[in-house]
Amino acid sequence: MGPPPTLPTSHSFSSPSPKTLQETKTPFEIRFALLSSLSIQNHGMRHLKGEIGVVSKADGSALFEMGNTRVIAAVYGPKEIQNKGQQMNNNEALVRCEYSMANFSTGDRTRRPKGDRRSTEISLVIRQTMEACILTKLMPRSQIDIFVQVLQADGGTRSACINAATLALADAGVPMRDIITSCSAGYLCTTPLLDLNYAEDSAGGPDVTVGILAKMDKVTLLQMDAKLPLDTFENVMQLAIEGCKAVAQYIREILLENTKQLESRRGS
Amino acid sequence: MEQRWANAWRPTINEKQFIEEALRSEIRVDGRRLYDYRRLTIKFGREDGSSEVQLGETHVMGYVTGQLVQPYRDRSNEGTLAIFTEFSPMADPSFEPGRPGESAIELGRVVDRGLRESRAVDMESLCVVAGKSVWAIRVDLHIIDNGGNLIDAANIAALAALSTFRRPECSVGGGDSQEIIVHDPEERDPIALTIHHFPIAVTFAFFSEGNTLVIDPTYKEEAVMGGRMTVTMNSNGDVCAIQKAGGDGILSSDVVRCLRIASLKAAEMTTKIKEAVETYNAEVALKKVKRHPLLVAQKITVPDVEMKEASFEKMKNSDGDMESSPNQASTSRTNTNASVGRPKIWDPYSTSAPSISSSQLPGTVCTSNEPNEDQIMQTDEESKPDLRNDQISNATGVSSAIHQENSPPKSLKDAVKPKNKRKKNAERIAR
Repeated sequence: MGPPPTLPTSHSFSSPSPKTLQETKTPFEIRFALLSSLSIQNHGMRHLKGEIGVVSKADGSALFEMGNTRVIAAVYGPKEIQNKGQQMNNNEALVRCEYSMANFSTGDRTRRPKGDRRSTEISLVIRQTMEACILTKLMPRSQIDIFVQVLQADGGTRSACINAATLALADAGVPMRDIITSCSAGYLCTTPLLDLNYAEDSAGGPDVTVGILAKMDKVTLLQMDAKLPLDTFENVMQLAIEGCKAVAQYIREILLENTKQLESRRGS
Repeated sequence: MEQRWANAWRPTINEKQFIEEALRSEIRVDGRRLYDYRRLTIKFGREDGSSEVQLGETHVMGYVTGQLVQPYRDRSNEGTLAIFTEFSPMADPSFEPGRPGESAIELGRVVDRGLRESRAVDMESLCVVAGKSVWAIRVDLHIIDNGGNLIDAANIAALAALSTFRRPECSVGGGDSQEIIVHDPEERDPIALTIHHFPIAVTFAFFSEGNTLVIDPTYKEEAVMGGRMTVTMNSNGDVCAIQKAGGDGILSSDVVRCLRIASLKAAEMTTKIKEAVETYNAEVALKKVKRHPLLVAQKITVPDVEMKEASFEKMKNSDGDMESSPNQASTSRTNTNASVGRPKIWDPYSTSAPSISSSQLPGTVCTSNEPNEDQIMQTDEESKPDLRNDQISNATGVSSAIHQENSPPKSLKDAVKPKNKRKKNAERIAR
């Protein structure tokens, strides 16, 4: 369950910015058209926005937005291992991850202790998820640091962090076997909902967060809380996987765009 | 942030290959099948709310305590439940003392999600005065030995401990009914928690890129596995929590398959836990029955011979009553011993002659109408102090002291009669 939102949640699709013009073709728009007959507000994904290269000093960085949730990720590495005591395996790179929420990210500006249990668990989750896709065997005795900071929290921070980390790792040029995308889904009033915001999340219904390896179509991250019958869970999980695929589509477009820009700057 | 990996046990290449190769032919190193659990033993401690679970080599202890606190502002009529984990360094060379590491926090949060967010424990019944005072239940899980699959074992320990935990009864009293009186467990029986369902955690380990999956990995299998997933389900088929934090990817069809296997395992595990809890509760009820007389004793006056008849009637009638029968059985047991044993202790002219004070009675569960019963028992008890078990002998010790203060009530008649009656009693009960 995330912290309270800063701004009132908006479900309407804002006018697409130039970078996201390609979104009009993505699956979630189509789903929106199909389900628009229902009077339920958030049956499709929220507005996505991603940007690469926001932190100049980092090897790779990205800013990712899902509706009102804004997250920034920075990657340092691969570099020499700093603390030999932490090195578990000589044949693989060490991946470290740190998740933190800015004090101003939630409705009430509170001082968050750095090592509190929720942050530690989410750091662990993000680290192990990214480890599944990074080709660590290619970089033995080195270390990759991923720092994720939540600037605005409105539900689904975990998913936004993983999406941002994927973009940042790609920007840093870390070899990966696939891109990992993540999306959350829930179940309220007998309807599966995609991409919950804070209000929907704190309604007490279940919250399923799924992270997939996009091309391989394999589930890496799967977290759920609150009770749900088995069959309903299957539907909700499938919905979340659809959402992940839509995010993957969007992320690929961003990376393609970025590469084209780099190419044009190179003047080739 | 990290455990001391330098101290962690790392598998050799041989071991890794052996385990993976064996799994490809569906054999596990300890001889189990792929979806079998290791042997589970659940034991309970002396106090209410303490449990000790052994799953194969993994050893976890759970301990539940309660405290009255102020509720959260947004949930002013609900109690709270908090899970704390302690990864003792004796369990694994890589555990460090001090602040909990990542895996300790993950375990705590997984167990917490399964219990609290799925509303397994009823929080509203823990409210004493809405907005002012509620019960805060704290579950401490101590890992004593890490033999693999800590999450499942810790979850079972938490459930077992919560099932046997009893909180003191409290009522609102005082002048302006603002004061909260917590009753002593000796005065009023403490109350059990209301548990709606049992969320059971089932952990799967994946090998060879998600092609092989096993349940309940051992320590060595965990070191070699590619990824793990913990599914918390209850016996009604509800999924309470899922935790798959990265690791090897698996197909979504495999996820559903795991859920179906987990629901079967959860049902099995629930019956095992419930059986263990019931056995323990029966034992506790048995012990309690013998303890009561100590408290009830003092008020009873020395009885008459006639009353014994009446009490025998009562005993006959109360045969069906569960609480008194173990009582009677135990006393009759001692009684038969007495009759077989040493008549010489029976000295009707001794100073500590059988004066009937109910304090000796091991049997007075139904305190209201048992004074007569007490008397009969007492006479027997008094005469054979060494034949009792500890509690009764304590009672005897106390009561004999009391006896000597009281006037030596009865004569030979009282001494003799119960003996005869006793036999009948034993016959009746020993059927």
